[in-house]
Parts: sequence; C-alpha cells; structure tokens
Amino acid sequence: MLTSAPRIVTSRLDHEDSYTLERYLATGGYKALHKALRMKPEAVAAEVNRANLLGRGGAGFPAGRKWSMLRAAETTYLVVNGDESEPATFKDHLLIERDPHQIIEGAAIAAYAVGARLAFIFCRGEFALGLERLTAACNEAYEHGALGGRIFGSTFSLDIVVHPGAGAYICGEETALLESLEGKRGFPRIKPPNFPAAIGLYGEPTVVNNVETISALPWIIQNGGDAFAALGAGTSTGTRLFALSGRVARPGWYELEMSKTTFRDLIFDPALGGGIADGGELKAFIPGGVSAPWLGPDSLEIGLDQEAVGRAGSMLGSGSVVVLDQTSCAVRAAWRITRFFWRESCGQCTPCREGGHWLEKILRRIEEGDGRFSDLDLLMDVCDNLAPGVSWPPEQTTICVLGSSIPSSVASALRMFREEFATHIRTEECPFAGAPHEMAGGR
Amino acid sequence: MSAVRNRAGDAVVHLTIDGTAVEATPGELLIDAAERAGVFLPRFCYHPRLDPVGMCRMCLVEVSGPRGFTLQPACMLSVAEGLEVRTASDKARKAQQGVLEFLLINHPLDCPVCDKGGECPLQDQAFSHGPGESRFTEEKRHWAKPIEIGPRVLLDRERCIQCGRCTRFAAEVAGEAMIDLAFRSDGIEVAPFPGKPFDSYFSGNTIQICPVGALTSPAYRFKSRPWDLEQVETTCTTCAVGCRVVAQSSAGRLVRYLGVDSDPVNQSWLCDKGRYGFEAVHSAHRLTTPTVEKGEVHQPVTWHEALDAAAAALRDARERGGPDAVGILGGARLSNEDAYAWAKLAKSVLGTDSVDAQLDDGLPAAAVLGLPHATIDQAAAASVVVTLTGDLREELPVLFLRLRRAALDGVRIVECSTAATALTPYAAHRLAYLPGEIARLAGALVGATRAHPTGVDDEALAAARTLMHSLDGGGEGLVVVVGRPSLAESGETVAEAAHAIWRAYPNARFLPALRRANVHGALDMGLAPGLLPGRVTLEAGRDALSAAWGELPAKPGRDGRAILQATVDNEISTLILLGCDPLGDCPDRELARAAIEQARFVIFVGTHHTGASALSQVVLPVAGDGERGGTTTNCEGRVSRLAAKVLPPGIAWPAWTVAGELAKRFGASLGFEGVDQISSEIARLAPAYRGVDTALLGHPEHRDGVVVPLAAVPVDIGGRRPRPIDPIATPGILSVEDQGSPLELGAAQPAGAAGDVAPGWPPATAVPLVTFSPPDGAAPADEPAAGAYRLVVRRTLYERGTLVAESPSLAQLVPEPAVFVHPAALKELRVAPGSTVTVRSARDSLQLPIALDDSLPAGVALLVANLVPSEGRGASALVDASRPATDVWLEKV
Ligand SMILES: Cc1cc2nc3c(=O)[nH]c(=O)nc-3n(C[C@H](O)[C@H](O)[C@H](O)COP(=O)(O)O)c2cc1C
Ligand code: SF4
Ligand code: SF4
Ligand code: SF4
Ligand code: FES
Repeated sequence: MLTSAPRIVTSRLDHEDSYTLERYLATGGYKALHKALRMKPEAVAAEVNRANLLGRGGAGFPAGRKWSMLRAAETTYLVVNGDESEPATFKDHLLIERDPHQIIEGAAIAAYAVGARLAFIFCRGEFALGLERLTAACNEAYEHGALGGRIFGSTFSLDIVVHPGAGAYICGEETALLESLEGKRGFPRIKPPNFPAAIGLYGEPTVVNNVETISALPWIIQNGGDAFAALGAGTSTGTRLFALSGRVARPGWYELEMSKTTFRDLIFDPALGGGIADGGELKAFIPGGVSAPWLGPDSLEIGLDQEAVGRAGSMLGSGSVVVLDQTSCAVRAAWRITRFFWRESCGQCTPCREGGHWLEKILRRIEEGDGRFSDLDLLMDVCDNLAPGVSWPPEQTTICVLGSSIPSSVASALRMFREEFATHIRTEECPFAGAPHEMAGGR
Repeated sequence: MSAVRNRAGDAVVHLTIDGTAVEATPGELLIDAAERAGVFLPRFCYHPRLDPVGMCRMCLVEVSGPRGFTLQPACMLSVAEGLEVRTASDKARKAQQGVLEFLLINHPLDCPVCDKGGECPLQDQAFSHGPGESRFTEEKRHWAKPIEIGPRVLLDRERCIQCGRCTRFAAEVAGEAMIDLAFRSDGIEVAPFPGKPFDSYFSGNTIQICPVGALTSPAYRFKSRPWDLEQVETTCTTCAVGCRVVAQSSAGRLVRYLGVDSDPVNQSWLCDKGRYGFEAVHSAHRLTTPTVEKGEVHQPVTWHEALDAAAAALRDARERGGPDAVGILGGARLSNEDAYAWAKLAKSVLGTDSVDAQLDDGLPAAAVLGLPHATIDQAAAASVVVTLTGDLREELPVLFLRLRRAALDGVRIVECSTAATALTPYAAHRLAYLPGEIARLAGALVGATRAHPTGVDDEALAAARTLMHSLDGGGEGLVVVVGRPSLAESGETVAEAAHAIWRAYPNARFLPALRRANVHGALDMGLAPGLLPGRVTLEAGRDALSAAWGELPAKPGRDGRAILQATVDNEISTLILLGCDPLGDCPDRELARAAIEQARFVIFVGTHHTGASALSQVVLPVAGDGERGGTTTNCEGRVSRLAAKVLPPGIAWPAWTVAGELAKRFGASLGFEGVDQISSEIARLAPAYRGVDTALLGHPEHRDGVVVPLAAVPVDIGGRRPRPIDPIATPGILSVEDQGSPLELGAAQPAGAAGDVAPGWPPATAVPLVTFSPPDGAAPADEPAAGAYRLVVRRTLYERGTLVAESPSLAQLVPEPAVFVHPAALKELRVAPGSTVTVRSARDSLQLPIALDDSLPAGVALLVANLVPSEGRGASALVDASRPATDVWLEKV
C-alpha cells in the first residue's frame, strides 16, 4: 500500500537546482539549524531519540542512542559516511549530488547535539559530481554563516572537511573509514575495544552516521521527533530511501514509509517498481544490499521493517533491493556478488582474504560448467568457516562484517536453488546462457 | 574491575580455561594467560614484543560474554574476572582448522626447498591445529619469487601469510616504516616504497620473526636445514650492547645468528651488523697459522718458532729499555678471560703498565669505570636521560631501540649532540653545541656555570634546564649516557661534562656508551694504564693483587695515544697489538702509522690480516667470535657467557693460551690451564667481579648475565612484565640450554644484597673501586679560528672495519665519504651539493664531495670516520687528537 507519508529526505529533488543554496533556502533550508541552535544540545539529541531514527548505513542502530554512548572528552568528532560503494546501492549518491545542503545542515545539527567542532564528510571518491557539489555547498554554507565560526551568530562553531575516498569499498565500514581519514590503510579496527564512540578518529570519541541518517535530521528538528516516529511502525519509524534494481520494470529510488509499505508494494506497485521486467516472474530478491541473505516470493508481504526482515533471516541493511527473475541465474548472481566481496576484502583477516577468493573460484567453476557435486557441501562448509552456523546476523571469524557477509549470497543461492546448481554440474553448462541481461548466465 | 588480590597481595583476575581455574594479571592478554596455564594457543600475527592486531585469526577461542559464547581472538582480549574460555570446543577447533586451511590453500608446496622447513610455525601448527588435508583444488596464487626488497632481505610473496609481523616490527620497533602492506584482498603484499629499498639497520629481525619462509636472507638462504643445525646461546660481540644470540652452525661453519629474548638487554632484537658479522669468521683473510717476517716476506712457522721470536723481541726490548719499552695496544675484542690473561702477562711478567684497550677513540678509563653505572633498564625507566654521545643507532644499535621505546613510553631525553641523530625525533630537547664545548654545555645544563656554551640555542637550553630542575635534588631517576660524540672532540672534555653533571646530581647514574664489543670488559680486566682487574687502580690494588700476581709496575704507564707517541719518540721499541689495527681504530692515523713503522718490533695477535698485521714482524692467529668460551662484559657492566660453536681455523689458538705460552718463555706461569680457571681467578681476585664465576653464570636465573659488582641489585622495573620467549618467534631456541651449553650449572645462588656473593669465596678484601675525578679544569677548546669550521667526526655502523669488510652481507654497505655542512656553508662557498671541496686542517687535507645536513650548526663540518681502507686517508687524517677540538677550512676545488 502506498501511504501518504511525506518525502523527508528527497523533498527537494523534483527541482532541477535542488543542490543550490538558493533553492535550499527557498524550500525551508537551514531553518532547522536556526531552530536547533536556539535549543540546548541535549534537547536536540532528545528530539532525535524520540524520532527513533535508525541508522541508514546498514546496521540500523538508533542514531540517538549512538550519540548518547559517546565517551566524555575534550574533543569529539562527527563523521558523515558517504562512501556508498556497495553494488546496487545508490541512495546516498543521490542525496550527495542532489541535496548537499541538507547533509551539511544535518551534520551541523548532529555536531551541535554531540559537541563536535569538526566534522568530516567521507565521500566516495568516484562521485565526481557529488564531490563538486558537496564542496561547492560547503563554500556556500560558510558564506551564508551556516558553517565556520559562531554559526548564525550563536556561540557554536563548526568546520566541515570533505574527504574523497580513494576507491575501496571497505572504507565505508566505519572503523576502516576512520583509519583512512587518519591517512592509513583502510583496515577495519577490532571491536571491542575500538568502538568509534569510545576510541574513534585520532583516538577521540567519534560519531559516524550515514548520509541518509544525517539528511533526516533537519526534518526531525523542524517537525519534531514525534512526527517522525508517527510514521512507520514499531521501531522502524519515518521513511526510508530505497534503491530498487535488477529485473524490475521501473528501477530507481523510492522514499517510502517504513513498515507500512511491503516488498510487494515496492516491487509491484505501478507507481514504484511496476512489476518484473519484461513481464517475467519473481524468483527471489535481496532485501537490503548484497551482503543480505536473499528472500523468496513467499516473503513479499513482509513490510519494509527492520525487525520483520530480521525475523525472516535477513536485513534491511543499506536499503537496496535487488530483484531476480526467472531468467536470472542464481549461481551467476552468487558468483558476481562473491567476486565483489573477494576483490574488496581489505585482506587483513585470513578467512575473508582467502575464503572469499576460494568461494569465488568454486562458484565460477560451477557457472562455467566445471562444477562437481562435492563442491556444494564444500561451499557450505567454507561459508561455515567464515560465519559459523551460516545464519543472520552472522557469527564471525573475521574482524568486520564484510567477511562474514560473503556467505549470505552463497548460502542463499544454495539453500533456495540447489537444483539449479545441480543442473549446472550435470549439464556442464549454465542453463540460463543467452538471456539478454547481466543476471543471466553463460561463459 | 574490582581489585581482587592473591595471597601475595598482587591484583589478580580469575578465569576458567577449558574448565580449569586460572589466575591472571589484570590486563594480561588471554593468549599469554593461557600459555602460562599450559594451554598453547595457535598463533601467527601475535608476537610478544609487538602490539597485538588480531589479524590472522588463528587464535580464535570461544569466550563467554553477554551474548553467550562467541569466537574471539585470544591475542586481542584482555582477561576479565569470571571469563570462561573454551579453546578446544568443537566450534573453536573448527574455526582454528578453518583458518589453517585458509592459510594453506594458496601456500606453495615449497617446504622441501624452503629455509623455514623444519622450524616453521605454519608447518607445526598445520600439524597441531590444522584440518589434516586440504579440499582446495583450484589454481594457487602465483607470484615471481623471490624478490629483493632490500640488500639483505628477499621476499617470497607466495609464502607470505600476510601476518604483518615484519611491517609492524619496522614501524613499531625500528621506527622506520620502510615496508608496509600494499594492495588488498589476497593480492596484499609486503612492499618497500617505490625506489626505496628496505635497508634498515634492523632488517634481519623481520626475517627472524616471519612465521613462514617468506622472508629470507641471502646470508642463510639454502645454507642449511634446521635439523642439521647445531646451536649454542652466546653473546654478540660486535658492539658493547652485548645482545644475547643463538649461534648456529652446520658442518663446522657458522651459518646463522638469531636474537634471544633477553629482557634486560635486547628483548629479542639484533642489528644487522651483529646478525651477519659472523660471516667474517669464515673469511678468506683469517689468520690460520703463525707467521714471522723473514726478509721482506711473512713465512708460516710453528707456534714454537713464532713464540720464541716474539719472546726474544720482548726480552731484547726489556734489556735495552726496561719494561717500559714494551707497549700493548688493543684487547677490546677479546673475551674477559683473554683480556685478564694478557693484563696479567703485561703487568706481572713483562712488567709494563703501558697497556691500553682504547686507542684514543674512547673515554678516559677512570671515567668509564669510576662513574656510578646505570643499566639499560634503569635508563629505560629513568625520568630523564641525558645523552653525551654520538648517534647510538650507528654505534650501539639495540641500545638505540631500547631508548627509542623508552622515550615513547615517557622517558624525557635531553640530547647533547652537534648533529641530529636517529634519537633526535624522540628527544624532548636537543642541544646542538660547537665541538669542544660539551663540558661547558653540561655545566650550563645543570646550572653550574653562567657561561653560555657556543652554538647552543637559548630556548632549548632553558627548556632543558627546567626539565633538569624538575628532578629531585640528588638527581634520582637521572641517567646519563656517556660515549664519544666525535673523534675530533677529546674524550677528556666529555668525561669532564659527565663529571659536571655528577657533581650537580650525585645520585645520577651513568651508562657508558663505548661501542667496541668488549671494551668495558677489557678495561675491567686491567687493560688500561694504572688499572688492575676488577675496577681498582694500580695503587689501591697493588698490595692485594701482588700476593697472587707477583711484582707489579711501580707507576702507571702510558695510555694508547702516549704509547704511539712514545714509539715514534723511540721510548717504546716493541708493540704488541691485541686484535687491533691502530691504522683503522686510532683517530690519528698518521701517528699510528708512524709508530708502527718506527717500532723495532711489532707482534700482532689477531684474527684477520689487516694493515697492521702486514706491518708486524710476528703474527699470531687467535680464536674469534663463535670460536671461544668465557665471558664478556657489556656497556652496563653485565657479564654474560660466550660459547664456542666452531673450531678456530688452521692452528689458531685462544688468545689467553698465547699469553700463557709467552709467560713460560719468561720463566713464569700465569697459573691457569683453561678458561674456567681464569674465570675462577677473576671471580676471586678482581674486586668488582667477586663471585662471578662459571657456577654463578651457569645458573639458569642468570641466563641474561649478571651486572657487576654483584652488590648492585637488579633494578625493579615496576609495571613492566617480563615477556616469555615466544616459541614461534625464535624458532628452536628454547632447547638451547640442552644443546652444547658450555658451562656447568652450579649451585650458586642468585645475587642478592650487597656483599651477598656466591658462597665459597673469601670475604671481600677492602680494595676500593675506582671513583672518577677528572684532572682539574681540562683545557677548554679555543674559539674557532677565523673562517674555520669545527670538525665533527662521527661513527657509522657500516664503517670499513675488519668485521664489515670481511662479511659479504655487509661489505657493500660502507657509505661513500663526504663532508656534511649546514646549507649556509654551501652558499658561502658558492658550491652545489655533490661538488668536490678541499677540507684542510692543520695536519692534512682531503678532497670530498660536499653534502647538506641542516641539523648542523653553521660553522661545523661533519665527516664520518673509517670509510676508506687503512692504506688511504680518511677523516682521521685531519684530526688533531692532542687538542680538545679540531678546526678545518673548506675550499672550492
Ligand atoms: C563492509 C562494510 C561497508 C560499509 N559501507 C558503508 C557505506 O558505504 N556507507 C555507510 O553509511 N555505511 C557503511 N557501512 C556501515 C558503517 O560501518 C556504519 O555502520 C554506518 O556508517 C553507521 O551509520 P548509521 O548508524 O547512520 O547507519 C559499511 C559496513 C561494512 C561492514
Ligand atoms: S573481514 Fe575482510 S574486510 Fe573485514 S577486516 Fe577482515 S579481511 Fe578486512
Ligand atoms: S613476510 Fe612474513 S612476517 Fe611479513 S607479513 Fe608475510 S608472513 Fe608475515
Ligand atoms: S646491537 Fe651490538 S650487540 Fe646487539 S646485535 Fe648489534 S652489534 Fe651485536
Ligand atoms: S589473531 Fe591472534 S594470533 Fe593472529
């Protein structure tokens, strides 16, 4: 069901010039910051707490609670995570290119609430236009008095540094991101003890929030946390920006009310996904980015709700939904996803560094017609050595979740489509070869 | 955590490991606590001397927590009260097996041709914790192998398990991140920076701690298999740090040295010079048989004939000029026992006190022996360390590592040094002074004089003085490292500087930083004028010692420089060179050459052909490193054991035997037939060494040696926990004590309070040990002459000494000579860096390329000592060693 919820983070995007200060001001921009600066920082945080804004970067941790866990210290940093590099995830890209001022205003509000005087926006380096607009917007914001010393005449000062990433997916993981910001290799840090709230950037307590999380803050301050919490249901409040891709008729971004909208709505509603491409049939979908376990057609009625998807054994994750149809090869999909994780592993932990490539090699062999039946148990057991028990959320033998997410697609494909694997092996070729799209199989 | 205490009152935490109750220290890592409790957890990236990183995931165990039991790396987890640990549950075992299988899937099947095979933690742990067989049937990863990442390090990336030990060593311990991990995923590799080879002085440590055969050294590659190695624990005698090492041999040749984790000394690290210097032992230039000059050529002769010739020359010299006509130089590379035997021969048989282990290249012996000593641990735990020395990384490399670490841990270093050193970045204050001004600088530092030392920055001096004032009145917690900052700056002025600090801070302690291997032991054994074994003066010790030694020289003899001068002046006619080459070792090479040429007879006792042996009339070959037992004494005064692993070449003898045989030719007997007997005699007769006999040193608790005199109680280093030897860090070394341990274990007790020495020794004779008081007002240097530059001659690790020249791994590393100046001098001279200039002193001139060092004060020219073969002219040609400082003039060519 499509709800009447307002668009919160994409409200401005219908304007061509949505990224300019002029348009931003004309559409109510920076009013929330004015308002926040007249409130006590604790009151701002309380508003965000009331909103129960879940992090939009993947882990879905409530932003207000994250802020309250900061170690008390002289210096606190805010880092906005705009590294978005996961395949099929393109919501932050949109917000960075099309509404950079909203991120800056949100960052200023968050910084004010947590007492940070310096914030970093870590932006994926390949977002050339996004980086250009983000830096231009920062300059405009300084001009406008929304950044820099004594913002809008208050006693609060904030500087923002826009930092381009250098092309590694792993630097989206918050502790790898901090290492990278510090000028080091993007090796995730071990938690415990290195929770950013306690030991973050340069060892100081640090809040890391996703671009979309931050972008929701102006609306929450303007309209109140209760108004946000009134949308959605349960812990999944407000709206979320979904990136829909794969074999759907209308791929793209959709901001939808959480919980009240279902996967069926997202994929099939004519105003949204518009159904399967070329009139095909739904085979499976990935509900929350390629690290999430897959769901089948029987899960379509599940709401876009963090807990509900969790109960189904997967996650809402990064908000990207990928659709596979009857012409998509499950083996190929699992292989392509595994290949991505293998290549993007930071290489620190043995299981991820070695296991990722091993799984990739086996999957590719099967996809190319050189599989063996013994491969199937082997695949599952290698998965088990990366994520013991192969369940979600995963148990880990690795430092970060990248490694323990690799089994998601492999195990999903195997559990849901074992017969398809068997066919590849038996016929020594991919049964989907020749289908006219990326997800199809073939050599 | 609430402070739970055990019966001894120490805070403890209680945990269970596999159902067994275990007590651990708060903050201790689980991997260590488990090991102490007898549960060895498999590991690769963890090294007890490096910060844990938890990367390899080999040590995963199940640990209780709020969310039930989860897999955690034991190397990253600190113990906590009530922690329950399962190290061998099905889940833990599966995780461990999984990690091992992952490590092996891309590992090449190189074991039969890999240096590490047989002592490889990957092999061992694959056996103990691995899955037994591999299920990997894909193509393995391939890389060109091996590649040279530095002059002494080869990398085989196929074998690398990406544990980061090598890169972390370079960054954390050596402080030079010359290698790092590059690329990502399974393409990750250890790499130097483009165009910059990994040529750290400490590079060999990475090879030692690499848990696989990924890093190998050209020196050891394919030389042996572990099961063909014999090994013995001994002490490195390349410099005076005295690192504990394992010397390994195969088929009668030394093939490898590995560092031993000696907590008070080297904490498992070695420098590359110490690690590879053993190659010189098997050089083609070893002396293998005695020779005597006949006509123009040296001819091999029997020991009998050579000793007769030497004795005849000595007798002749005594008859013509009395005992003082014999001078003995060197001995700093001998063992204590050798040095003792030669001191006894000189002073009681030949009757000469003109004996000196230093060749004007160190400090006055009385200062070295007579200042209250500090240990390295005391320096590392001090509040303030003042350095009056050269670049420690060049001279005493592992001492540099210890002090660097100490500075990072909070020790405040005040560095008095004309040029910046490797320690400068870690120093709280650096005081750059004009050579010759060090005593005045020290006076100003402690507030004893108002005179402002030339060249010193006011602000830095004021800040350093404030720091000194923060010490308590007596200077408790102050350690002064005293060496020879520059060969063009006299040792007397440095001793004077040290004394000024001692006067102001009577509780300060001093760590001598003379660099030649056993120079401290040689001085302790009396190889210096006016001194007798055990740090007593000839005067003070005469009565006690003459009972055992017989008649002793009536008055103090000449020091090294005076011996050379007296030889030139025909007052000394016969020289004995004890393993030294004055042409290379003495700062005044011209004087050394003149003396050797002028001497009627020169007897060379040594290991290698050198410039000096060629000019000698009798050459007597002796045993060197790895070929002799006995003891050595490091800069702290720590006496530790040497062990022989291979036989000396040809018919070379231990040096003490040569002394004994010469004594016989004078109708005397030195009174010992073996090294142990000499050790016993030293323990009995040398006051500072009382009680330090083979039994005491053989005691397992004294494996790191003992600091003399024994009354000096080992320093309490507070919260620092002595680390266990990591059996996978130092392969095979745990079994050393079972393999050829050279000395008998004795029943002796560890040293305790003052006077508490090993039982069985007669009570202390009341011989006072030397205390240092410098001659009043050593002449300060004059102002530099107009237009002149003050000369600094500093040391470098790979100088052209015998050891470096004769070790293939090191010989290529000797730097090219150059003169370094402040950029302002270049402008003044109107020359470009690299162009040749003339450097002229009152004594000689050299043509050298000019180079920049902006750490130098303007008006200073820096040269490096001993870079040219002893036939050539190097920095020492310019030095006027008779003056506190030397001036030079620079001219464009
Ligand atoms: C491998 C990996 C990649 C990640 N990439 C991103 C990313 O690109 N952007 C992002 O916001 N969060 C990413 N995350 C999640 C972050 O670690 C972190 O949870 C998030 O930025 C917190 O922000 P939030 O609480 O607002 O969601 C990634 C996590 C992992 C394990
Ligand atoms: S799980 Fe993979 S990406 Fe994460 S730290 Fe380990 S090796 Fe790096
Ligand atoms: S070269 Fe050796 S020490 Fe260095 S990362 Fe590889 S395996 Fe570890
Ligand atoms: S520091 Fe000195 S004692 Fe230690 S290894 Fe190097 S040369 Fe040998
Ligand atoms: S992770 Fe603990 S030893 Fe490597």
